[in-house]
Amino acid sequence: MAITTIIYDGSWEGLLTIVFEVYDRKLSDFRVYRISESQPALFGETLLINIDQSKALRVWDGLKKKLNGPACRNLFSCYLSELKGVEDLLIEFIQLVFSSVGSVEKSFTNPCVLRLSQIGKMVHREKHRMEAFVRFKLTKDEIYYAAIEPDYNVIPLILNHFKNRYADQKWLIYDLKRGYGIYYDLNFVEEITLDKKPHINPESNLLEDSEILYQNLWKDYFENANIKSRKNTSLHLKHVPVRYWKYLIEKN
Amino acid sequence: MSERIREKLSILADAAKYDVSCSSSGSNRKNHNKSLGDAGNGICHTYTEDGRCVSLLKILLTNFCIYDCAYCVTRKSNDIRRVAFTVQEVIDLTINFYRRNYIEGLFLSSGIFKNADYTMERLVQVAKKLRLEHKFNGYIHLKSIPGASNELMHEAGLYADRLSINIEMPTESGLKLLAPDKNRNDMIQPINYLKNEIILHNDQKKLIKKTPMFAPAGQSTQMIIGATAESDKDIMLTADKFYKDFNLKRVYYSGFVPISNDKRLPGLGSSVPMIRENRLYQTDWLMRFYGFNVKELLNDSNPHLDLDIDPKLSWALRNLSQFPVDINKADLQILLRIPGIGLQSAYKIVQGRKFQKLNWEHLKKIGIAVNRAKYFITCNSHAYERRDLTAMNIKQYILSGSSGKNIKNNPYQLNLF
Repeated sequence: MAITTIIYDGSWEGLLTIVFEVYDRKLSDFRVYRISESQPALFGETLLINIDQSKALRVWDGLKKKLNGPACRNLFSCYLSELKGVEDLLIEFIQLVFSSVGSVEKSFTNPCVLRLSQIGKMVHREKHRMEAFVRFKLTKDEIYYAAIEPDYNVIPLILNHFKNRYADQKWLIYDLKRGYGIYYDLNFVEEITLDKKPHINPESNLLEDSEILYQNLWKDYFENANIKSRKNTSLHLKHVPVRYWKYLIEKN
Repeated sequence: MSERIREKLSILADAAKYDVSCSSSGSNRKNHNKSLGDAGNGICHTYTEDGRCVSLLKILLTNFCIYDCAYCVTRKSNDIRRVAFTVQEVIDLTINFYRRNYIEGLFLSSGIFKNADYTMERLVQVAKKLRLEHKFNGYIHLKSIPGASNELMHEAGLYADRLSINIEMPTESGLKLLAPDKNRNDMIQPINYLKNEIILHNDQKKLIKKTPMFAPAGQSTQMIIGATAESDKDIMLTADKFYKDFNLKRVYYSGFVPISNDKRLPGLGSSVPMIRENRLYQTDWLMRFYGFNVKELLNDSNPHLDLDIDPKLSWALRNLSQFPVDINKADLQILLRIPGIGLQSAYKIVQGRKFQKLNWEHLKKIGIAVNRAKYFITCNSHAYERRDLTAMNIKQYILSGSSGKNIKNNPYQLNLF
C-alpha cells in the first residue's frame, strides 16, 4: 500500500489535530508535510487536515496526563525546530506515550526518543542564545526594537523572559526570517506582523538621539574588556558563532 | 561630553578587566510592579576575543589609588591617566546598557581614594540609587573594600546581590612582598562580617518570610596565580579554607598577566599561565562537586598539579589500587572518582543501571570518555583491560590517544632518548 501524505497548516494545534485523526482513521503509513513545504508527488492518497481546536485540546490534555511538564514543553520545543520530518517523529513519540504504561521520555535506547531529546536541546540552546544576543535599539517613538533571525522559531519560548524583565519599557522583537514579532505595549505582549519589514539602520533618523552614543559606548566597553595577551579565537567563535554577528552591535 | 564619557569608560573598563568573576547567577531577584529587570540564572550576553563571558558591566568607579601593589595596573606609582566616574554616570551607563539587553547588571569596583570608608560609601551609593530611585532589579556585584566599616558593609548587603573582596595573593608572605601597605586581616574582616550577617539573615528568613534580601548571591574572592612562587598546594589550601570558613560561593584563579618590569614579578613578555589556571579550576571543581578532599589531590609529596593531565586522572594514577571499579555496582561517590566520568554521566549511570546492566555501548551512549575510563572500570562485558599496566603506561596510552589542547608540549615523547 502506498504512503498517505498528510498536509497541514504548520500550526501546533494543527499537528495535534493530525494525531487525533491518525487514531480516528486508524492511519498507519503516512508522512506529514506543512502546506508551505514542497511535497513529493506520490501515487498514494493525500489528506488535508484542518485545525480542530477541540480535537487538538483532547490530544493535549491526554498528553498532559501521561507526561510531566518538562516533557510536554520539550514536545512543543521540538515542533518549533521546524526541522524537516519532525512532525513524523513527534507523532511516533506521542503514539509511543499513549501505548506505554510507564514513562517513556527517558528511554533513550529508542531512536525516536533520543532524537527528540537532542532536537529539544538544540532548540533550547537557540532560545538561550536569543535571550543573550537580542540587542535593542531605542527609536524616536520610545520603542526598544530588536531584529533577530534565529535558526529555530524560538519567539514563543523567549516571550516570558523579556516580558518579566523589561516590564517598564515598550519593546518589539521581530523575526525577519519568519516575518512576525512580539510587541509589548507596557500592558500586554501581542504577536504582530509588519507589512513592510522594519529595517532600522544606524544612520536612520528613526533612532533616538542618544542611541548611537550608547552603541559606541558598548563597543568601547567590549574592546577594552578584552585581554590581548590571552587571545583565544576558537573559544570566542565557539561561544559567538559568526552567523549571529549581523545583529551584534559589538561585532560590527 | 560624549567623548569624555567614552574615554572614561575605556580607561575604567580596561582597569577592571583583570577581575575574572563575571558570574550573574545565584540571585533570585524578581521584577515587582512593572519595574526594570530581574536576576536569575545569569546570561552571558557576549564573549570577548579572549573567550571570556561578558555578563556584567565591569568597571572601576575610579583608578585613583592610594596603594602601590606591584601586581596592579592602577598602583600609585604607575604613570597612567587617572579618571573617575560620577555616581550618576555609572547609573546612566548601567540602566542604558541594561535596557538594550547588553548586560545582566553591574560589577562595580574601585581604586581606593582617601580611605576605605570613603570609597565604600561611594560604591554603596551607586547600588542604593539604582535600587531605590531607579527600581533596578538587575544583578549588582560590589567590591568590598578592605577595612570598610561594618555599617557600610551591612548597607552594601542590602542592595547588592554579590559582594567580593580579592585576597590577591595565596599566601600572606606573597602579599607582604607585593602589596606592603595591605594586610590580610583587613580583607578578612569584611568577609567574616558578611558571612555572619548572611547566616543571620537566612535564619530570620525562616521565621519572617518578607525579610528583605541580603546579598542573595553570597561572596566570592580571587587569587592571582603565578605572580609569586606559591605552590599549587598553597593556593588550593587557601581556597579550601575560604570555602569552609567563610562559606564563599566561588574562589577565582587569575593567571598573572605581566604589566611591568618590577623585579619582584615575572617580566613583560612572560606568558600567562593559562594551563595552570585551568588545572586549578579543575581541582576546585573536584573539591566542590566530586567529593575530593584537597589533601588527596595536593599534599607534601605532590605539591604541584600535573600540567599535561587533569588532576582527577593524576589522582587515579597515584591510587591504582582503588581500581578497577565495577560500573554496575559502585556507589555514586566512587563513580565520581573515575577519570573520564563527569557529574552528568555518573548520575546517568546510576539511573540507567536500574533497568539493565550497562555495557561499553551503553557507556558510550551515555557520553563518558571511554578511552580514558577503560583503564579504570569493568562493566557488563568480558572485554576489559587485563594487562597489568603501570601508571606511566596508562598515562602514555591516554596522552597518545587524545588530541587535547593541552598536550602540545607532551614531555613524555622525549623519554625515548
